[in-house]
Amino acid sequence: MSKLSYTKALNRALGDALAADESVCVFGEDVGAGLAGPTLGLQARFGTDRVVDTPLSEQAFVSMAIGAALAGRRPVVELQIPSLLFLTFEQLANQAHKLSLMTGGQTSVPLTCLVPGSGSREGWAGQHSDHPYSLFAHVGIKTVVPATPSDAYGLLASAIRDDDPVIVFAPAAAMGVRQDVTWDLEPVPLGRARIARQGDDVTVVALGAPVHGALAVAEELAPEISVEVVDARTVHPFDWATLSRSLERTGRLVVIDDSNRACGFAAEVMATAAEEMRLTAPPRRVTRPDGAVLPFALELDRALQPDARQLTGAIRAVMK
Amino acid sequence: MTPTAPPHHLPLAEPADRYRAMRLVRGFEEQALDLVREGVIAGGIHPYIGQEAVAVGVCAALRDGDLITSTHRGHGHVLAKGASPHRMLAELAGRVTGLNRGRGGSMHAADFSLGILGANGIVGAGAPIAAGAAWAEARAGRDTVVTAFFGDGALNQGVLLETFNLAAIWRLPVLFVCENNGYATTLPAAGAVAGGAVERARAFGIPAQTVDGMDCEAVLAAAAGAVERARAGDGPSFLECRTYRFEGHHTMERRLKLGYRTAEEVAGWRERDPLPRAAAALDPGEADRIDAGIGQLLADARTFALASPAPDISGACDYLYADGLRPRAGVTL
Repeated sequence: MSKLSYTKALNRALGDALAADESVCVFGEDVGAGLAGPTLGLQARFGTDRVVDTPLSEQAFVSMAIGAALAGRRPVVELQIPSLLFLTFEQLANQAHKLSLMTGGQTSVPLTCLVPGSGSREGWAGQHSDHPYSLFAHVGIKTVVPATPSDAYGLLASAIRDDDPVIVFAPAAAMGVRQDVTWDLEPVPLGRARIARQGDDVTVVALGAPVHGALAVAEELAPEISVEVVDARTVHPFDWATLSRSLERTGRLVVIDDSNRACGFAAEVMATAAEEMRLTAPPRRVTRPDGAVLPFALELDRALQPDARQLTGAIRAVMK
Repeated sequence: MTPTAPPHHLPLAEPADRYRAMRLVRGFEEQALDLVREGVIAGGIHPYIGQEAVAVGVCAALRDGDLITSTHRGHGHVLAKGASPHRMLAELAGRVTGLNRGRGGSMHAADFSLGILGANGIVGAGAPIAAGAAWAEARAGRDTVVTAFFGDGALNQGVLLETFNLAAIWRLPVLFVCENNGYATTLPAAGAVAGGAVERARAFGIPAQTVDGMDCEAVLAAAAGAVERARAGDGPSFLECRTYRFEGHHTMERRLKLGYRTAEEVAGWRERDPLPRAAAALDPGEADRIDAGIGQLLADARTFALASPAPDISGACDYLYADGLRPRAGVTL
C-alpha cells in the first residue's frame, strides 16, 4: 500500500477537477514546470490554455482570474509565497469577495487561491513565513487549512466546486505529511470540523500542521488528561456546532494557532466560546506573538511558533 | 407595490442615435445631481457630464454580446451599453428595483445581462478583470471584445501596466479606453504621467492613438478599428480620449469650492461640449425632438425610482455568498 503525500493529494485534486470540468483552469507562476508541487505534470496533461504560466504580475493575474470567473470559468490561482496574499489583498478582499453582494447577486466569483507552503518554511525569513489565514476570515472569504493529505484533496476539491472565492492554505509544515489512504478520495465539505481524537477533559482546537503536534501532545498526556483534538479544517465558515458539542462534554478549551495573536483565529474561537458555549475554566491560546515577523535564524524562527511545550502548558493551565 | 421598469433599448447605429444616447447620459447626470442635492441619492456621484462622447462613441463600436468594465465615473458607460435608466436611477437611490437591487450604488452599477461587468470603486481595477474576461472568451472560441474604461489616474496604477503586458503577450481581445479628463481627482495629468499615455501602451507593443474625446464620431471611428482588430484575434489596442469633466470630481466638491481648475479652463472646454457639436450635424429640429423625448424618459425614470421601495433590512447580508451562507450576526444575545 502506498502512502499519499500532501503535495500529491493537492496535485490529484487539481488534476481531477481539470479532468471533470472544462471550466476549471489554473493560473500561476511556474505552474507549467510544477515548481511548487501541486501542478506537477498538469500542463502536459491539460495544455497551456488550461494551466497557464503567468509572468510575475500577481495583482494582474489574480484579477484576470476574477474576470475569467465572471466569464464563466472556475479558476485556480496558485500563489507560491504566503506574503503574496498581502500584495493581492485588494484583488481578493475588495474585488473577488465583494462582487456577489455589490452586484445584488448578478454574479459569483468561483475563484480558488491555493497557497502551497504557507507559514514557516524554516529559514526563509520575514517575507516568506507568514500565515495570514485570519485576515481572510476577517474579511469574510471562505478559508481552509487542511492538516492531512486526504483533507488536502477533499478541501481543495470542494474549494474549486464552491461558487465563492476560497483561499486554501497548505502549510509548509504539513506538506511533508504522508497518509495511508485505503478509501476513495472525495470532497470534504467546507465548514465542517473533524474530531481528530476523542477526549473528555479538554478540547484542543487546531488547524493545519499543529493538528499533528496536538495529537502527539494528547497522546503524551493520555495517562493523566483526556484531550479531545478538534481539527477545525475551515477557518471561515467555522464549525461552531462541533465546537459547542465538544465543550458540552469537556468545558475546557485550548486553541493552538500558528499565526499572530491579536485579532487572530484563536481569539475568535475563544471569544465565541466564552460568549455562547459551556466553559468551566478560562480558555487559553497558543499562538505566535503579537505582530510577529519570523526572524531568519532557525532558533529564532522556531521560537516564535507555537510548540508542544507551550500547548502542554496551556492544557495543564486550563485543567487547574 | 414594486414597479416594473419598462423595456429599454438604446440604438447607437446612426448619428441621431448617438446624439440621443449622449443626451440621455447628460440628462441622467443632471437629474442625478438634483437628486443628490435633494438627498434622495446618498453619498454622492462622480458626474460624467462633458465626457459623453467617449462612452457613446466606444459603445457604438460594440456588439450587444461584448463586455465592458467601468469606473467610479461610470454612469455614462453603463447607460451607453444599454442599461435601463429607470433601474440605474433606482440603483443610485438605493432601491430594490435598482440594477444591483440597491446593493451597489453609483460606483458598482452592473448589468451582466448586457455585458456590463461593473463599475469599480478602485482606480484601474477594472482593466485586469476585463483582460481576464477576454482571456476566457477567447479561449472559449468566442469573438467577444472586452472594453476596459479607465481614467488618466489609472495610468499610474501598476496593475494597469501589468495588464497591458498580459494582454499583449496573450493577444487578448481587449480595448483599453483611457479617458484623459486632465485630472486624477485634483492632480493635473500633465505633471503626473511621465512619458505620456499612448507611449506607455506602445511600449508594450499595443497599437495606441489619441483621439478627440469631445467628438463622438471621431471616438467611434477610432474604436471601430480597434474593435475590429481585437475581434479578428490581433490583440489589444489603446485609445487615449482627450476629454474633460465639466463638473467636479465628485458632488462633494461643489461644497468645497476648490481652486485647482480655473474658470477660464472650464469655460474653454465647455465651448467644446460634445452635444451641440453632434446636434449640429442632425436635421434641423431633430435635436429638439430628441431632447424632448429624453426629458420624458428621464421624468419617467425619476417617477419609477422614487416609487420603488427601499430593500428590506432583513436582507442586508443577502447575496454575500453565492451558496446562501448566512454570516453570524454582529451580536448574539
